[in-house]
Amino acid sequence: MIRLENVNKWFGDFQALKDINFTVGQGERVVVCGPSGSGKSTMIRCINRLEEHESGRVIVDGIELNEDTKNIAAVRLEVGMVFQQFNLFPHLTVIENCTLGPIQARHMSRDEAESLAMKLLERVQIPEQALKYPSQLSGGQQQRVAIARALCMEPKVMLFDEPTSALDPEMIKEVLDAMIALAESGMTMVVVTHEMGFARTVADEMVFMDNGRIIESAPPDAFFSAPKSDRTKLFLSQILSH
Amino acid sequence: MRASRGRGKTLRWGWLDVVLLGLIVLVGLYLWRRAAAEVFYRWDWSVVPEYLVYQNPETGDWRANLLMHGIYATLRLAFWGTLIALIIGVVMGCCRVSRNLFLRLVSRTYVEATRNIPPLVIIFVVYFFVSSQIMPLLGIADWVRHTEGALRTVIEVSFGPTALIENFLSGLLVLAAFEAAYFTEIIRAGIQSVEKGQWEAGDSIGLSRFKVMRYVIMPQAIQRTIPPLAGQLISLVKDSSMVSLISVQDLTYSGTQVAISTRKIFEIWIFIAVVYFVICFSLSLVSRWLERRMGRGLQ
Repeated sequence: MIRLENVNKWFGDFQALKDINFTVGQGERVVVCGPSGSGKSTMIRCINRLEEHESGRVIVDGIELNEDTKNIAAVRLEVGMVFQQFNLFPHLTVIENCTLGPIQARHMSRDEAESLAMKLLERVQIPEQALKYPSQLSGGQQQRVAIARALCMEPKVMLFDEPTSALDPEMIKEVLDAMIALAESGMTMVVVTHEMGFARTVADEMVFMDNGRIIESAPPDAFFSAPKSDRTKLFLSQILSH
Repeated sequence: MRASRGRGKTLRWGWLDVVLLGLIVLVGLYLWRRAAAEVFYRWDWSVVPEYLVYQNPETGDWRANLLMHGIYATLRLAFWGTLIALIIGVVMGCCRVSRNLFLRLVSRTYVEATRNIPPLVIIFVVYFFVSSQIMPLLGIADWVRHTEGALRTVIEVSFGPTALIENFLSGLLVLAAFEAAYFTEIIRAGIQSVEKGQWEAGDSIGLSRFKVMRYVIMPQAIQRTIPPLAGQLISLVKDSSMVSLISVQDLTYSGTQVAISTRKIFEIWIFIAVVYFVICFSLSLVSRWLERRMGRGLQ
């Protein structure tokens, strides 16, 4: 489903990604963790071309990401993304946020789009907020709207870039619950997060990155109980201490 | 001494305020007495209504006179000028932030050229070119002369008397093209003030760059820039008085004519100042209302 082969990326002189080889199969849930600055966000943003990789190949659902804008557009229709800062459209209501993509990019009729949006808002348990504006919702509700908005495009893969890092602690659970429900429905997911409890519940594969490289990659049981690399061990000891 | 003014704000009059107010009143009274005594001028405010409207002695109909026609012309300039300048401003504003180098260069050149030359100079330079070369080319005067009935009425209401239409359009286009440069910069700043995350969210749900601009970025940019846009609109109305120098018969032009022929300079010009004030102040009130109304979604 997703394949990164020998991907490198520089920001000026700084190399953010170093020889990344990363695959995600259909229906897999991969959690990417690591210290800040390790390149986790950059890597997943390369998957929907929000960042451009400078060498190597990125292939999503058989489509290779390169300069060709048709490829980029096709990939973006299949990949949904949820951001740390929600990035909801503040001038549109919740339901308009969700229907904008389907109507303008998938050319659905307004009615179809609205019933799809309501169905997905029900899935994330906030159908009653449909006519409100994002500024009237709590952080947890906003992030769930963001999830619904991404799901309205009926993507094959969902990317999450630290979805709960900007939330107050009491709202983290509602968002993680929505993500767990999504995982249980069989969606392919790549999640960058520090929430290790969530990772243990949901992940098929844990990936640890540091300094632009993938250091270790293993199923959660092996990853948490017997990490192979010293850097992984150090990271886990820091993050699991609370 | 306190005077309360609704909403809990209190006006406090200290001794300094009383002293200053007293001084201003005294100076004002003194100047008034000196002016009345020494300036030899007979005030006659009746010229204002006389040149505003006149009554046909035979039929008893009230018709608009010179000053009123001038007011109509200024309102037309304001309306059409804003419309055209906004459209150009939005298009050029998008060009300024475009990924295409050519569009960026063209719009940047346009803005820099227009903003660094005084408006009057631009008006003189461009107007003569437009009115003597382009207007005859388009043949608008001829075309308008042949229209009739409802269409002709619409044209006359929108653009003024058909005999003057080429002149009016030339002045209008120059004014709009000039003001559009300022609108462009305002809108460009508005676009750039929308955070990058909005672009990314729009991109990630599969919208083309044009659609992200149209549905996500531009609405937010415009909402943010309503105060400076309204300010520029008011500038447009004030700058429109300059087209009187190229014989577009707006309020300033009519005022000049009437003031010269009646020699009642003060009355006429004070009246004109009041009219411009009323127009511009109303626009600023509308802008405040618009700002409040559009701000509801984006607390």
